[in-house]
Amino acid sequence: MTPVKLYPARPDKVYFYGTCLVDLFFPQAGLDGIRLLEREGIEVIFPEDQTCCGQPAYTSGYQDEARAVAATQLDLFPGPWPIIVPSGSCGGMMRVHYPDLFAGTEREAQAREVADRVFELTEFLVHVCHLRLADRGGPEKVAMHTSCSARREMGLAATGPALLGRLEGVELVEPARATECCGFGGTFAVRHPEVSAAMVEDKSRAIEATGAEHFVTSDCGCLMNIAGRLEHRQGAVRGEHIASYLWQRTS
Amino acid sequence: MSVQTYTPAAFHRQAHEALENPQIRANFRKAMDGLMSKRRDSFDDWDLETLRELGASIRLRALAKLPDLLERLEANCQANGIRVHWAEDGEQACRIIRELCEAREATSVIKGKSMVSEEMHLNAHLEAAGIAALESDLGEYLVQLNEQTPSHIIMPAIHLNTDEIAGIMHDKTGIERTRDVDAMTAAARLQLRERFMAADVGVSGVNFAVAETGTLCLVENEGNGRMTTTVPPVHIAVTGIEKVVEHLRDVAPLYSLLTRSATGQHVTTYFNMISGPRRPGEHDGPEEVHLVLVDNGRSNIYQDDQLLDTLRCIRCGACMNHCPVYTRVGGHSYGTTYPGPIGSILMPHLEGLESTRDLPTASSLCGACGEVCPVKIPIPDLLVRLRRESVGEGRGNVRGAGVKRSRKELAAWKGWQWLATHPGLWRSGTAMAGRLRGLTPAHLGPWTDYRTAPKPAKTTLHGLLKQRRARQAAEEKDA
Repeated sequence: MTPVKLYPARPDKVYFYGTCLVDLFFPQAGLDGIRLLEREGIEVIFPEDQTCCGQPAYTSGYQDEARAVAATQLDLFPGPWPIIVPSGSCGGMMRVHYPDLFAGTEREAQAREVADRVFELTEFLVHVCHLRLADRGGPEKVAMHTSCSARREMGLAATGPALLGRLEGVELVEPARATECCGFGGTFAVRHPEVSAAMVEDKSRAIEATGAEHFVTSDCGCLMNIAGRLEHRQGAVRGEHIASYLWQRTS
Repeated sequence: MSVQTYTPAAFHRQAHEALENPQIRANFRKAMDGLMSKRRDSFDDWDLETLRELGASIRLRALAKLPDLLERLEANCQANGIRVHWAEDGEQACRIIRELCEAREATSVIKGKSMVSEEMHLNAHLEAAGIAALESDLGEYLVQLNEQTPSHIIMPAIHLNTDEIAGIMHDKTGIERTRDVDAMTAAARLQLRERFMAADVGVSGVNFAVAETGTLCLVENEGNGRMTTTVPPVHIAVTGIEKVVEHLRDVAPLYSLLTRSATGQHVTTYFNMISGPRRPGEHDGPEEVHLVLVDNGRSNIYQDDQLLDTLRCIRCGACMNHCPVYTRVGGHSYGTTYPGPIGSILMPHLEGLESTRDLPTASSLCGACGEVCPVKIPIPDLLVRLRRESVGEGRGNVRGAGVKRSRKELAAWKGWQWLATHPGLWRSGTAMAGRLRGLTPAHLGPWTDYRTAPKPAKTTLHGLLKQRRARQAAEEKDA
């Protein structure tokens, strides 16, 4: 069970950990996340040497390789500030799995200390920034897909929808079987492509069935998977990261 | 029709066939949707988290004291007149049961539902010795008539719909073809009733074996469990060694969790507490009661402080009901006695990773299984642990550890590690990917059969922020 998290007061500075998928495929989502934080008067530090949290190797069983990569990430956050991650799965890796990954090693204390400072972006915006949003967009129907890691590993089923709920013009609709996985699962999509395809097919149909014009998610793995499926089918629904959507509606 | 055989080694092919079969897809989707909503409703007015905590702690306490509890169970069973037998593996357990049957010159055995008996292939063993074994659980009966294996641990025939069942009942038992469920159930009941009366031995499973009282608890809905354990002159209960609990009071919370998690029931129709054979002066009940305690790889799991959590399981099936993979490929695709998430963390210990290597990866690690597990088994963590064992980066204490170790794959991860620990090179590499985005192949294996290929952005986040810094510096200078 996700332990109760005690949230700190709003800090002056935060670290931003962009994640490799955002860096390579969805940089705008990262930039928009940073702008949302900066607009709240928070200075955002982007450690230049960040690469990948190590999750793909970790979930594939390559623990030693994952640990070697994670070790270099631990050193990126020497100050006491919160570490903001625009992804539930990378955030979950850092908050939940880093302590286990380094258990019994000389970095164990460091890993625990870093893990305690990790926040998923929407979590931080809701619980620490108490973000208010002035919606400038027109009326629109939006479906949200919360990633399984955000929902179950980090216990954050509510924060994304809570933010969308603060946009006056947005009608939030819930797809059928909203809590079910989209079928990405990192290397799962590669090792079991047909099962993964069956899952993303159901997920994208459920999103389409809501009649939403947009779908948003807080994880770029799910985004790549679901939007890739919708685009392949030449569906009309467009998908984007929640940070980009929030920024566009309020700037 | 020949017996359909499924093997874990053929998971990919079996899953492919299931995915292509609209009937299977529809049957499972409908059944799992129903089971999920029934479970949700049944816990409506319960403090589910507190109850799960309690369930987990009862199971953990029992496992912590397992050797001691098994000795107490044996002593208290024997004091109740139940004879206790120990089997190191499935074959030995089969032999013990066969010899007990032979001692009574038994030719027919009636069976209550028991997954352990499936695990050790008891029916085939008995039949080879000329002893007919008939399943009396309705689902098991149908599956046996259809020469199949169960596709779910609680609902063995869940892969069949009403029409298919109507066909089986007509073809195999000769009743008039009907879609009337009540009529079919009544027919099966009559068929089974005769067999109960004629059976020489009843074989059942056990849900909870209570150490302090020597009581065997059996949870069921059809009454076949009660018939199996009371009508024939001999009752043989067979169970894995992990099913023991310490106190009688431990049973109530586990029972509440089991029935709600499995079928959404607050109570089952029958709950049997078996505490010995017929006593002098009693009018019914078996003359002999035996308990066969089966290890079959469990004490090996028990040696490992992480894998131990696997043994908490109370076999409710909620993990498979909530698994998006199981829901789509069905139970037979796994090719194992226990399918779905619990099977994927248990079967590698029973059969070795050589044949079950594809099962721990057959999960997106979505965590739905762990979320609903009534005894809080961290199933996703155990799946990852077995992936580690498969590629040879675990503790090496699982049968077949290292079977998936591949020089090519390891080299790829080592290359990834090298890049990800050299941030300058990583940045050059990702920036280069953006510049060459036009060259991204439109076909990336199976990914692009169903999705468009992800294209690297023109400029990475690193690059965008660098440009922004330069712009801000220039603006400051101008100002």
